[in-house]
Amino acid sequence: MLNRQELTDIIRGFEPDAEFSEGTQLLEAIVPAEKLFTLTEKLKSDKRTALNYMIDLTAVDFTTHFTVVYHLESTDFRHMLVLKSIISDRENPAIDSLTVLYPTAEYFEREVFDMFGIRFNNHPNLKRFFLEDDYGYPLRKDFRDEVNIIER
Amino acid sequence: MMSEEIIKDVIIGENEDYIINLGPQHPSTHGVLRFEVCLKGETVKYLIPHIGYIHRGIEKMCEANTYPQIIHLTDRMDYLSAHMNNEAVCMLVEEALQVEVPERVKYIRTILDELNRLASHQLWWSAFGMDLGALTTFFYGLRDREHILDIFEESFGSRLLHSFNTPGGLMHDVHPNFQKRIKEFITYFKKKLPEYDQLLTGNVIFQNRSIGIGNMSKETAIAYGVTGPSGRGSNYSCDIRKIAPYGAYDKVQFNEILETGCDTFARYKVRMREMWESLSILEQLVDNIPEGDFTAKMKPIIKLPAGEYFKRVETARGELAVYAVSDGNKSPLRMRFRTPNFSNLFVMNEITAGHKIADLIAISGSLDLVIPDIDR
Repeated sequence: MLNRQELTDIIRGFEPDAEFSEGTQLLEAIVPAEKLFTLTEKLKSDKRTALNYMIDLTAVDFTTHFTVVYHLESTDFRHMLVLKSIISDRENPAIDSLTVLYPTAEYFEREVFDMFGIRFNNHPNLKRFFLEDDYGYPLRKDFRDEVNIIER
Repeated sequence: MMSEEIIKDVIIGENEDYIINLGPQHPSTHGVLRFEVCLKGETVKYLIPHIGYIHRGIEKMCEANTYPQIIHLTDRMDYLSAHMNNEAVCMLVEEALQVEVPERVKYIRTILDELNRLASHQLWWSAFGMDLGALTTFFYGLRDREHILDIFEESFGSRLLHSFNTPGGLMHDVHPNFQKRIKEFITYFKKKLPEYDQLLTGNVIFQNRSIGIGNMSKETAIAYGVTGPSGRGSNYSCDIRKIAPYGAYDKVQFNEILETGCDTFARYKVRMREMWESLSILEQLVDNIPEGDFTAKMKPIIKLPAGEYFKRVETARGELAVYAVSDGNKSPLRMRFRTPNFSNLFVMNEITAGHKIADLIAISGSLDLVIPDIDR
């Protein structure tokens, strides 16, 4: 199991642009969206990190930007890493798909597309998942549904 | 006149895809789930799960509710692991506020976890036998599950969705009969559990229908994020109770159940052995519940400090991870539930392709899917 500092050093070696948040529960690395795929590929194949299990993939709407959040874990060493990418383009948000690396990402990504409207490049089957095609993106903060949602 | 060739095409699906819909109201899916199954004769070529029939937008509802209110929503995800779902949110709030809960609370929560796991596995065993044509299992399983539900009813007033946890502890103290009833149940169920094996495990028809069906390698399980007993049937060590102990799990001796068979029967055996393990955990805890308060002192209005929090627990079906983003208000900015059944479902195509359509029922039964947990 790698500790926080060792993992930080390895990620810095792979990706000098990565930024790290201070004082968080888990180690968080913020990487530019266009470099996310190559970094994750390295982190998965490298024998020291071996982050082969994607626990979760989700997104958060901070009204000014979207953050896509990846929770990764190594099943051999049991260290965890949170990867984040910021998408500032609200009109046409897009990021690379990780389906090639983690098959489970295909479904998490479809859910994020369904709820936030974030497109995933190179995704094999990016369609609405839970909702109808014309529903809008309900987990965006500017989503309004006068009929079904009660404002507090 | 219809030529013989056309009939052959339509019925057997030799030359084109023959697609049928299994569900959304098929009894073996245990809920509203639709499999779009492509067949060649009786063999499954591929399968696409369609979900969303019971989507209630729990994650969106969380953004308008306070943390104590959210606990009541989590019951409705995996209703057979209601207690574990509650506990995940409670522990997330407690860790964020750095509240130390009393030892008594930890012990009672762990006991309830295991009782809930037992009740869930009993219902799974009942339904799994029934899926494969052994109708008697349904009566045996439900008869014994009543005993656990009675314990729940006596202490919390509800049998299935008992939102008994609150941030910081429990709603109120348990009933004075609590320990006595659990001990009675352990003695009772220890006699009944071998009957389960006699009835179903050794049955030749059952074994022929489950051994070698739905092979899932360890690599597939990790790649698709399959956790819980379904993952452990593929020799994948993924028990959160061992990886990151919570509650009183660090104070008891128990084994993580692993099977190397990788098939439907291996997943069956994991759950059967887990029932024995749960009984052993209950035995170790039930006499040692410390005296003390049933809740820690909490502020009347709970506001999490701005930041991000992550907590995971082992439910009866696998890993439940809760991810909350707080901006310092009494409602979260974003609440995300990584539910075990969502990930477990999508391995279906991988492990069903090439098997007969009747095996599809066995495989989906062995994954123990709860549909509201997939849709949220």
